[in-house]
Amino acid sequence: MSTTDAPQAVLRLESVRKTFGTSVVLRDVDLEVAPHTVTALIGSSGSGKSTLLRCANLLEEIDDGAVFLDGEEITDPRVDPDTVRRRIGVVFQAYNLFPHMTVLENITLAPRRVHGVPRDEAEDRARELLERLGLGDRAGAYPDRLSGGQQQRVAIARALAVRPRLLLLDEITAALDPELVGEVLGLVRELKEEGMTMVLATHEMGFARDVADQVCFLDGGVVLERGTPAEVFGAPRQERTRRFLSRLVEAGRL
Amino acid sequence: MTAEHPATAAVALPETQAPSDAYVPSARRLERERIRRARTRRATTVATVSTVVTGTVLVLAVLASPGWPRTRETFFSAHYAREALPKVLDGLLLNLRLLVICGAAVLALGLLLAIARTLRGPVFFPLRALATAYTDFFRGLPLVICLLLVVFGVPALRLQGVTTDPVLLGGTALVLTYSAYVSEVFRAGIESVHPSQWAAARSLGLTHRQALRHVVLPQAVRRVVPPLLNDLVSLQKDTGLVSIAGAVDAVYAAQILAGKSFNYTPYVVAGIVFVALTIPLTRFADWTTARMDRRRTQGGIA
Repeated sequence: MSTTDAPQAVLRLESVRKTFGTSVVLRDVDLEVAPHTVTALIGSSGSGKSTLLRCANLLEEIDDGAVFLDGEEITDPRVDPDTVRRRIGVVFQAYNLFPHMTVLENITLAPRRVHGVPRDEAEDRARELLERLGLGDRAGAYPDRLSGGQQQRVAIARALAVRPRLLLLDEITAALDPELVGEVLGLVRELKEEGMTMVLATHEMGFARDVADQVCFLDGGVVLERGTPAEVFGAPRQERTRRFLSRLVEAGRL
Repeated sequence: MTAEHPATAAVALPETQAPSDAYVPSARRLERERIRRARTRRATTVATVSTVVTGTVLVLAVLASPGWPRTRETFFSAHYAREALPKVLDGLLLNLRLLVICGAAVLALGLLLAIARTLRGPVFFPLRALATAYTDFFRGLPLVICLLLVVFGVPALRLQGVTTDPVLLGGTALVLTYSAYVSEVFRAGIESVHPSQWAAARSLGLTHRQALRHVVLPQAVRRVVPPLLNDLVSLQKDTGLVSIAGAVDAVYAAQILAGKSFNYTPYVVAGIVFVALTIPLTRFADWTTARMDRRRTQGGIA
C-alpha cells in the first residue's frame, strides 16, 4: 500500500484504466478530491463519467492504476470492498430505491444492517433527515408513490444516513423534469455548505459552475481539462472543450 | 360468451363526494353518460341471453345423446356418490398432508438450490455445479419414474434406519422432482430483479448475502408467487401418484370403489373434490398478490 503523497485527499485516482471488452472507457485518469470540496465531472454521454464513479466505489474493477480513499489504496485486492463502500455514499441517476420498502425502511436499511445502529436510533436519524429534506410526512410511503424529485431526495437521504466520508452523485437530475431539478440541486448546495465532500457527474453546467470547486472535462476516457470553474468554463485551453462548451451555449444550456 | 364486451361498463358519477366548487355537469356530459349507460345495459342483456342459450344447448346436447341414460348411471349415480364421498374425503386427508409437508419442503429446498446457483466465486463452484446438476437431472426425470425408483428402489437397498413407508418415500420423490422445478422459478425471479438494485444495495455497504436477503429476495419472491402457486396446484394433484406405492389417497380410494362396483362415479367425486380444493388456493394467491401491489403503488400509476 503506497501512501506516499497527498494523504490529505479524500479520493485520489492514479492512472486509472478501465476497459469493457475492446473499448477503453477510462485511460490514464488522474483525479484528486480534497476534503470538503465538490468536484464536477462534465462531458458528453459515454465520456466515462459514470464509469469513473463506479470505479471509485468498486462497483467496477479497474484494469490498471489505483484508487485511494483517505490515503488507503482501496483497489488492493486484499481490501474488503464492503468496508470501503460503507464510507462512500452513492446516489444514482434512476434513484434505485428499493420498491418493496417504505421510505423509512429504505433509509434505515444500511444503518441497521451494515452499521449495527439500533432500530430506534436509526429511525430517529432517518426522520430527522427526511424533515430536513422536506419529506417529513412521507416516511411511511412506498417509493412508487413519490414524485421523481421526492424519490431522488429520499435516495440522497439514504446515502447520507450512514454519514459517509464521500458522496458520489451520478447525474442525479438527469431523470427529473426541470421543475424538480431545482429542489434536488438546492439540496446538494446545502450539503456543500455543510462541508460534505462530493464528486458529481452532471449535465447541469450552470450548477457545476456555481457549486464546484473543481471541474473535470472528460472526453473519450481522458481528463482533457481540469481546473476551477472559472478556468474551465471561462478560458478552456483545449479545442475539444471549447467545442463542447460552445455547443452547450448554442443549445441554451450554459 | 358475450358478443359485445362491456368495455364502457358503468362509469359511476362521482356524485357521492361532491367537489367543493359549484360544478354543474353540462348537458353534453349528461348525454354522454346516458349513452354509456344504455350501452352497458345492452351489453349485459346480450351477455345474459347468449350465456343462457349456450348453456341450454350444451345441456340439451348431452341429455339428448343416445348413451346419456347409461352414462348418467355409470358416472353420475347419486347412490354411488354418497357411498364414495366419505372414503374419498378420508383419502384426501393423505393428499392434504402430503401437500402441506411436501409443499413446505419443496419451497425451502427450491429456494436453497436457487440461491446456490446465484453464488459467485470459485469457492462456491462445487455447490453451484451440484445445484445445476440436480436441477437438470430431476427436471428431466419423469415424476412417475422418479417415484417408482425411490419407492421400490430405496427399500430394496435394505439400508439400516431408512424408512420403507411408501408415503414417506413417495413424498421424498415428489420433493426431489418439484424442488428442481421450483428452484428454476425462484432463480428466474432472482434474475428478474434489475442489476441496479444489486448496485444500490452493495453501494450501501451491504454484503452479497445481506443484499440478497433484504433487497433481492423479497422482490424476487413477490414476482414469482403466481408461477409458484401453479406448481403447488400441480403438486397437489400429483400427490395422488403416491398411490402407486400402495398408499390409499383420494384417487386410490375412488379406484378401489370403482373396481368393486364397476361404477365410475367415485372418480367424478374425487375429481370434483380436487377442483374444489384448488380454486380457493388460486383465489387466495390472486388476492394476496393484488393486495401487495395495491399497498405498494396506491395512488400512483403502477
